[in-house]
Amino acid sequence: MASLDAEPDGAAPTYQVRDLSRVYGDGPAAVHALRGVDIDVPEGELIVVLGASGSGKSTFLNIIGGLDRATAGTVRFRGQDLHDASDAALTRYRRDHVGFVFQFYNLMPSLTARENVALVTEIARNPMDPAEALELVGLGPRIDHFPAQLSGGEQQRVAIARAIAKRPDVMMCDEPTGALDSKTGVRVLEALQNVNRELGATTFLITHNVSVGWMADRVIEFADGAVRENRVNANPVPASELSW
Amino acid sequence: MSARILGVLDRKVLRDLWRMRGQVIAIALVAAAGVSLQVSMGGLTVSLSETRAAYYERYRFADLWAPVVRAPLPLAMELRAIDGVASVETRITAPVLFELGGEGPPPSGFVHSLPQDGSQPAVNALHLAEGRLPAPGSSDEVVVLDSFASAHGLHPGDSLTLTLAGRRENVTISGVVLSPEWIYAIAPGQLAPDPALFGVIWMNEAGVAAATGMSGAFNEAVVRLMRGASEPAVRAALDQALAPYGAAGAYGRREQVSDAFVSAEIDQMRTMTRMMPPIFLIVAAFLVNIVVSRMVAVEREQIGLLRAFGYTPLQIAGHYLKFASVIALLGLAAGAALGAWLGDAMAGMLADYYHFPFLLFGLDPGGYALAGALALGAVMLGAAGAVRRASRLTPADAMRPPAPADYSRGLGARLIAFRQIDHQSRMVLRQLLRFPLRAGLTGAGLTASAALLVCAFYFADAVEVMVEEYFTLANRQDLSVHLADQRAMGALDALTARPGVMEIEPFRAEPVRLRFGHHEILTALTGVVDDPRLARLTGKRGETIAPVPGGLVLSRDLADRLGAGAGDTVLAALTRGARPELELQVIATPQTWVGSGAQMRLDDLNRALGEGDVINGAVLRMDAREAGALYAELKDAPAVAGMQFNAEARATFREIMDETMGTVIGAFILFACVIALGVAYNAVRVSMAERERELASLRVLGFSRGDVSYILLAEAALITLAALPVGLLAGAGLAWTLSLSMDSDVFRLPFMISPASYGYAGLILIMSVVLSGALVRRRIDRLDMVKVLKTRE
Ligand SMILES: Nc1ncnc2c1ncn2[C@@H]1O[C@H](COP(=O)(O)OP(=O)(O)O)[C@@H](O)[C@H]1O
Ligand SMILES: [Mg+2]
Repeated sequence: MASLDAEPDGAAPTYQVRDLSRVYGDGPAAVHALRGVDIDVPEGELIVVLGASGSGKSTFLNIIGGLDRATAGTVRFRGQDLHDASDAALTRYRRDHVGFVFQFYNLMPSLTARENVALVTEIARNPMDPAEALELVGLGPRIDHFPAQLSGGEQQRVAIARAIAKRPDVMMCDEPTGALDSKTGVRVLEALQNVNRELGATTFLITHNVSVGWMADRVIEFADGAVRENRVNANPVPASELSW
Repeated sequence: MSARILGVLDRKVLRDLWRMRGQVIAIALVAAAGVSLQVSMGGLTVSLSETRAAYYERYRFADLWAPVVRAPLPLAMELRAIDGVASVETRITAPVLFELGGEGPPPSGFVHSLPQDGSQPAVNALHLAEGRLPAPGSSDEVVVLDSFASAHGLHPGDSLTLTLAGRRENVTISGVVLSPEWIYAIAPGQLAPDPALFGVIWMNEAGVAAATGMSGAFNEAVVRLMRGASEPAVRAALDQALAPYGAAGAYGRREQVSDAFVSAEIDQMRTMTRMMPPIFLIVAAFLVNIVVSRMVAVEREQIGLLRAFGYTPLQIAGHYLKFASVIALLGLAAGAALGAWLGDAMAGMLADYYHFPFLLFGLDPGGYALAGALALGAVMLGAAGAVRRASRLTPADAMRPPAPADYSRGLGARLIAFRQIDHQSRMVLRQLLRFPLRAGLTGAGLTASAALLVCAFYFADAVEVMVEEYFTLANRQDLSVHLADQRAMGALDALTARPGVMEIEPFRAEPVRLRFGHHEILTALTGVVDDPRLARLTGKRGETIAPVPGGLVLSRDLADRLGAGAGDTVLAALTRGARPELELQVIATPQTWVGSGAQMRLDDLNRALGEGDVINGAVLRMDAREAGALYAELKDAPAVAGMQFNAEARATFREIMDETMGTVIGAFILFACVIALGVAYNAVRVSMAERERELASLRVLGFSRGDVSYILLAEAALITLAALPVGLLAGAGLAWTLSLSMDSDVFRLPFMISPASYGYAGLILIMSVVLSGALVRRRIDRLDMVKVLKTRE
């Protein structure tokens, strides 16, 4: 495929995943991290991904986020196959469409909060102002601080600002609250929900925490490399009402 | 128990070494370069001077030479009686021309007489490589200097035709010899030895005396001093005793050509040994510092944990010192092997020019010990800071993860204000400014590399200038002819009229002692025609500097040795005729890179000496097509004592320079590349290891491999760009220092670096850094985003 510059197409799903599997290693030592996953994800949903540790959540997210490649099966993003994409095309896909948030923030220690965000807006096609993105996550006053001067929750919110500032079509958040206490975690989730509503970005949110599922449009639960449950939540609650 | 756990730590040392093998090899190579230079050049310096000392002692090398015109043999008794004299040998030394057939230029050289009874001389004994000395009483047997013999394939039993004082003689070779007087066998006034064109033979006294009309007389006394004797006092006594017999003045080893060359060689090697190895060892120390610091930083939690388990600070320090010492030992082993090979190769090269009867380069245990101590010391010193930090970590440090590197302080943070700098560049600049010491040291390593490269190419430039100046600009003759004795000016008329001769300039060269203040030097004073066009001393723009009436043109090196300058009046003591002492005003001191010169007007010189209008040589330009016939004629001319050929001399000089300088230049370039590669590779690798996570994050955010490589390599590029001009300047400085320290009586290194040399040096440095970058770039391509991001820092 030439490019992944697809536009949303009304009814079609953002992601169409078919018989996706991922095997690490080979022979008797092979680990089947994913074994035949089938999912359709509509545009704009906030999806909470649950499952025990080692069930394949991160592997799944990494493949649809263009960080890793499947061993078999297909992933279509807006109708275009990620599996056949070149490395350069995957890089462009990540740059133009995907925002990532990780458990361990992964900010550039040598750049300030604003600069960390600007790093991404500089190469984005239709970015927001870095200050605006930081405002969205409630970090306006700390804009010129370096990561070493920010708390864990603040660093994570910079990471979210960095992810949203390019107005991504999808957000991939792998245990974004894993390293945070409950109160800080809720603020981060609020920020994510806020962004999902305001930007309409399809958002994946991996968590260990079952109660986070209450804020989702859809909950997908992984078990042993396969989807055990895929249910729609008709009445998502605001993140601010969560606690654990 | 502790032995077992230490065993585990040792296994960690091995694993660390294997994991970081690229860096380990790079550092070991830099250290190896230093060790090999120390072992080879240091060893060669020692063995060359020891070999020389042993040779001189065993073969009774003279301390003083006292040439005269003609002195009666019984005078020797009087000389032996001089206080401080251990032994005296009187002999006849005369120029000789060789007849070896063929059209080429005829070889010339010297004959020395040997005691008539077939015994070794008491001074300057010969080493027989083949055959035997001339039979007692024989007058048609000779022994031949080994370089000349091998150049012409001569062996005992072969016959040889030579012209001695205008007389043709057929002699038989009884032996091939080496002589401590002719370790470096070079014709007078030549720059480079040409074994085919210059030969020395020895024959019994009667034979030489008969041919030269010196029966019952000698024309040279060679003297060995008693231990502790005063050389100047003995010299003065000799001069006094020999004055009535046309003494030119005794001279010592410093002015003996062969020994002067050997001394210059040893001095140069000593200079290089002092300058080069430290550069490499310092760079190796700094590389070890970077790598071990990085290790300690990464492993701080593990170290704290080990301390919590009960390991002592000493055990922790030992762990990292082991790692460093393995690097040192690897460098030492490789350097020792390389050094032995290099020493052998260099000794082989030296043996082509310097002829000793025994081995030049031996493995010197002391040298190895020194090199080993230096290498180990340097590496340990490099590791010391980081090791101290490691051993000071407390168990509490294990519990406390390191805070993210803080970039909020210092110069880098102020870049916030500069909106126009893109963010990748911002990261690069902040990294540089946050670790200025490391960036500085990396820059210093690259600077050293660039400096070595400039020096390498500088040597080539210097040789080019020397050859151009001496052979093209100053000496435009094709041929110099030396006469056995002075002749009337008209002696050359026949030659001038010959069709092959295009231009001819007569000269008269006489030994002279120049004095100024406390200084005195022995040299040749040349009387030249009023407007020399062939053999000249030249000014800065290549113009002829001709002597004016009553004036002396003195080459800069001689003027410096005298401490005299233009305008000063020097004393010139001549030993011919009335032995006048002239007061001559120095009118100019032109710089000569090769050789020396003291020139005055031929008319002035002849008037001062009062022996009429005479000359004792001429330089000439000839038609190459007539060369064969001209040589044949000159060879048979009774007055001709020797000939020198510009084209041949130039070719020989070139050949020697290409071989010796070529090797030096090659070695410099190789070593400079080792430094540049080692430094750049390590800098980029360490930077990569530290920032793997950042780089992976950038890839996740959608930055391409090129963007990520930029962040990593731009740092190295910036340091390189900063180091380059400094390195080129430092190279010029190093070259300047070398040009000063390589100042011998025979040549001086001109300090002139061509723009191309800077260009090549810069290019090679940049290419080395690019290569290092390319090696690391492969790792960026293989960067596993998922794996890196999964782990906590
Ligand atoms: N690089 C890898 N090599 C081998 N096995 C892996 C690798 N990454 C993940 N796995 C395995 O794949 C399975 C799924 O992992 P992951 O997707 O990280 O699970 P989760 O995120 O749900 O905890 C686990 O059994 C894990 O051990
Ligand atoms: Mg996971």
